[in-house]
Order: sequence, then structure tokens, then C-alpha cells
Amino acid sequence: MIRVFVPRDVAAIAAGANRVAEMIGREAAKRGLAIEIVRTGSRGAFFMEPLIEVETPTGRIGYREITPAEVASLFDAGFLVGGDHPSSIGKTEEHPWFAGQTRLTFARCGLVDPLSLDDYAAHGGWKGLARAIRLGATDTLEEVSLSGLRGRGGAGFPTGVKWKAVAHAGAARKYVICNADEGDSGTFADRMIMEGDPFSLIEGMIIAGFAVRASKGYVYSRSEYPHANATFAKAIEIARAAGHLGRDVDGSGFAFDLELRIGAGAYVCGEETALMESLEGKRGIVRAKPPLPALAGLFGAPTVINNLLSLATMPFILAEGAKTYADFGMGRSRGTMPIQIAGNVKNGGLWETAFGVTLGEIVSGVGGGSASGRPVRAAQCGGPLGAYFPTSLFDTPYDYESFAAAGGLIGHGGITVFDDTVDMAEQARFAFEFAAAESCGKCTPCRIGSVRGRELVETILAGRADEATFETLTDLCETMKYGSLCALGGFIPFPVMSSLTHFPEDFRRAAPRRAAE
Amino acid sequence: MNQPTPWDADRAREIVDAHLGLEGPALPILHALQEEFGCVPEAAVPLVAERLNVSRAEMHGVVTFYHDFRRTPAGRHVIKVCRAEACRARGGRDVEAAFRRLLGLNWHGTSADGRVTLEPVFCLGLCATGPAALVDGEPVARLDEAAVAAIVEEVAR
Repeated sequence: MIRVFVPRDVAAIAAGANRVAEMIGREAAKRGLAIEIVRTGSRGAFFMEPLIEVETPTGRIGYREITPAEVASLFDAGFLVGGDHPSSIGKTEEHPWFAGQTRLTFARCGLVDPLSLDDYAAHGGWKGLARAIRLGATDTLEEVSLSGLRGRGGAGFPTGVKWKAVAHAGAARKYVICNADEGDSGTFADRMIMEGDPFSLIEGMIIAGFAVRASKGYVYSRSEYPHANATFAKAIEIARAAGHLGRDVDGSGFAFDLELRIGAGAYVCGEETALMESLEGKRGIVRAKPPLPALAGLFGAPTVINNLLSLATMPFILAEGAKTYADFGMGRSRGTMPIQIAGNVKNGGLWETAFGVTLGEIVSGVGGGSASGRPVRAAQCGGPLGAYFPTSLFDTPYDYESFAAAGGLIGHGGITVFDDTVDMAEQARFAFEFAAAESCGKCTPCRIGSVRGRELVETILAGRADEATFETLTDLCETMKYGSLCALGGFIPFPVMSSLTHFPEDFRRAAPRRAAE
Repeated sequence: MNQPTPWDADRAREIVDAHLGLEGPALPILHALQEEFGCVPEAAVPLVAERLNVSRAEMHGVVTFYHDFRRTPAGRHVIKVCRAEACRARGGRDVEAAFRRLLGLNWHGTSADGRVTLEPVFCLGLCATGPAALVDGEPVARLDEAAVAAIVEEVAR
């Protein structure tokens, strides 16, 4: 039977994928054609959604931006055998946007039925776990260290070091937590995995549990992701029923189970200690470190807490070997990064590549410049706490160290593009407004500083600022950067100071105008 | 949308007790209560506190910390509009203004007839196809003022 692939990713659904799938089914029935419609995750090219594909003997042929009204014409054009149509992109794999990627973490996403264990196994699933079990916990830890993987949540801490600390902590009870509280604007990689390849995360968490001898795992997701949560909850049930989770994982004698927990709209719960407080049923207030979560984490027990992408990459690292993974990348940034190109960009979506391409290549080359057609003015990298890069810094290579040297951070891999209509002073004001709304309130620099910061930028926007205002703003950012307990208060100076440094004209504009009135 | 059931302390206790086997059950309990009653009413706070063996003050602190937990039920339709950077980069501020103007509501506001509630949300993960919103849980993207007008008309029916 001919298989037609229609994504069920929420970005595709927002573009009409459900109605398109329904229409394809109806049209096929009308024409008496036997087809199977497979609902997949997204391949990440959101600008092409709904991107539907047909399996042919030579490979999958893609058809982009399909509307329900267009479906009949697809059948007329013989799309079931890969027939030509204005919306055809030919073989999806050969389209430049896909061919230019190195997909390791996202190898299966968009290709498989996310809830089919057969599909998962047919595309290399469970091989990593099987090898980990063969190697034993100690050698598995060694593999993770050798891979050079650094935490994909933002801080870039070596995952192997973290795991070893938990493994060596003597305790009867340990936990693995997946931080899927993907609150950063401009990021959607975690969501895509939960919707498009949930078993890879489940396998990654089992590997983590096996390596550090933890028996329980939690995935902490967001209430803003209802579709991802529904898919992932089903995936856990399916994996458990098949014996991949439970008292005897895959017959290895190792016991591990998973639970999905949903947050309640607090951005700060993406910070690991606040997340654990929230899991314990408390206010999401940041804890002081030390003690590190590796030694005293959830309910005081040693805890591995990793970003979703770090965990979802484990199956590849274990299946293919640490060296294969580490062979990608540059400098101390090994492997690949699922970069999320968002905002005012023509070809936005998830684009996985080895570290080392430049920011400009990503924004202009892959992203195709702005969606509005106006000149690109800035790109905010790493979410709402990330720095704004002006185009003069677009030659910065995409890796942890180069970004840090340029005064920014990679964060969770999000890049939000802005055209020349953006008001950078307003963006700085918004950064403070966001921090004021989302601060947990524990430390003074963040709690008070975010409110004072917003007031200062409002003074600037109103044209009532003098030199002292700018001095106070700079001083406040210094205090927040070095005095805050966590990254929320500590990193808000990144968007603010980068705006002020690279786009001073937006801040100085208001003052003289007022004076001239 | 499902109509929330009116507050019922016995039903609430049942919901709480069904979650007591979980580690750190507070958030799952509060979500389940809100699912049933449309909000976490004041009366729920001492009830949950008692069952979890924490003080009322502590439970009040938890309920009020999280943006999601409502103290009164929302309108029959809920529109959650993304206000975050990636949507702002694509005209999100105009879309925000259009929703507020056409609904005559401020953020967190519910219309007098209880028909619709307008909520801000920071990121729905639809960052390459913004401005985005969730309308009664269904995602909508690439919004402009005309699309907003159509949504407002739809929920006004």
C-alpha cells in the first residue's frame, strides 16, 4: 500500500495539516485508492508546512505548503507515484535545506510514526540502550564522557562529568530528570522530539538511569505544549507495555520507570533547582548551590538533571560510539546542535548541524534572510536571556566558546531574527518586563533589579534620560549579572547590554528629539 | 468547551486522594482540580493543605506562584496569545493590540458575558511561523489583524 506522510507536529497543525490529512483520506476514498496515511513529526522546515511526502521506490517525494483545496490537484497530478506538481520539492532528502544538515539527534524526527515501536526499531531505535547494557554502567559513563557532549540546555556543562558525580554518589535512591521546560522564545526542539520521536527521549533516559543506577525518571514539560504532552504520555504507556520500562527493562534485570509532569506556566521552572522544587510540589523558587543536584537534588537524592536534547542524543552516542559523535564539531564544542531559526526569517525551522558554521550562514544562508524582505538588523541568540547580535558580528562561528567571546551565548540553540523595524530599546524594556513577571523573587538583584531596570528603560524611551540614567542602567546590569542567584536575573543583562552596546542609536534617539521640541 | 462543574468538596477530596500515591503530588492535584472545577477555588486550598500535611499558607503560596492556576473559572473560550520575542519579531505586537481592541479586554480579562478570556503566554514553540496563539487549545499561526478579527468573530458566536 502506498504510504503518504502528513506531519502531526503542532506547527504543521497550525498550518492546516489536520484538514489536509482528512482531505487526502477523503479524496483517496472517492477515487477508490488504497493508501495509508502516516502521521509523522515535523522534519523541521516550518516554512514548508504542511509538508507532505509520498513513499516511492526511489525515495520520499515532498510537496510543500499544501492547502486542503489543493489536495484534489495533487491526486490529479499523480502525486501517489511522485508525480510533478507546482508544490513538489522533489526528493526531500535532496532538497538543499535538508541535504545541508547533519541529523544525529533528529535523525528520525519527521520520518517515522512517533508512536510506532516498529518504526522506531526499524530506524535504529533501542540499539544504544542494548549496547549500554552490554557495556555495563562504568563503560557507558566513559562513552558519554568521550563523546564530549555538553549540556544542550544552555550552560554547556559536560554531561559525562555530571553523570559520573551522580553515579559515584552513594545513595539507595537516585533520579533522572529531563528538563523539557522549553520556555525560551525561538526554541522548539524539545517540543519536536516529544511530538516526533518520543522514544528517543525515553531510550536516552533509560540509558541515563542505567549508567548512574537511578530507578525513576521524570520529564518536566510545559503546560503550553498540550500536543507534545499528549503524544509523550502515550509513548510512555506504549514503551511500558512493551517492557522497555518497568521492573525489568528489556530483560536486563534493571528497573526503571518514567513519569511525565506538567509545569504551570512559570518560566523560572526551567532553571534546574526551581524545577526540582516544583516537582516536589512547592513554589518554583531557585535553590542556592551548592549542594549540587548531582549530590542533593530531587527530594534530597542524587539527581541527573539534563536538557531534553542531551538525553535524546544518548541513543545515537551509545549506538554509534562516542568517537563517531565527537568527530563532528569544532574546538571544545563536539557533535551537532539542533539550531532553531525563528522570528522574522524566510526559511525558519529546525536545522541540525555540526558546530562551526557562522551565524551569518545560518541567518542569511539557511534562513534566507528576513521574512518581511527588509534588511536583517539583529538576531537574538539563546532565548529571552540571550544577547542580540548585530549583523557586524554575523561572522561569529556557532560554538560555545566563540559565542561567549562575542559576549553572547548559544543557550538552547534558538536564533530569533529581527528586521530593521525593530526598536532595540523597546526590546531591552521587554527583557526587563519579562524578568519582572517571571522572577521567582528569591534574590534581590533579580526581584528588584528587573523592575528598576524596566523603569530605567521606560525613562529612556520617554526621552527623560540623562547620562546618569545610562550609568545607573549599566551598574544595575553589572549587579544583576554577578549578584543574581540563577541565570534568569544573571543573564537578563545579555539582551539589555547587547542592545545598548550594539544599537546605541535606539537609546539615544528619544533624548535629542525631546530637546528639539 | 467543557463546562466546569461547580465546587464540590467531596469530589475534590476524591481527586486529591487519587494522587496521593505520587511523589510530590501538589502540581498534579492542582491541575486535576482546575480541570474539574475550571479553577482552584479558595476552598480548595485548606482541603489540599490538610491532605498533604502542609500549612494553608504554604499551599496558598504554591497556588498563587504559578500563572496557570486560576482563582475563578475562565470564560467559555480561552485565547492564549504569544507575547514572546519571536512572535514580536513577526508583527506580534500588532496582533496583541488587535486581540485586546477587538475583544475589549486586557490581559487576563474575561468578557462580562463570560464568553471569552484573553491570556498572555510566553512561547508556544511556534516561533518560525508566528505570531501564534492557542484558541481553545488549538494552535493558530501566521496571524495578522484579519485573522484575529476572524477568530474574535468565531468565539463571539
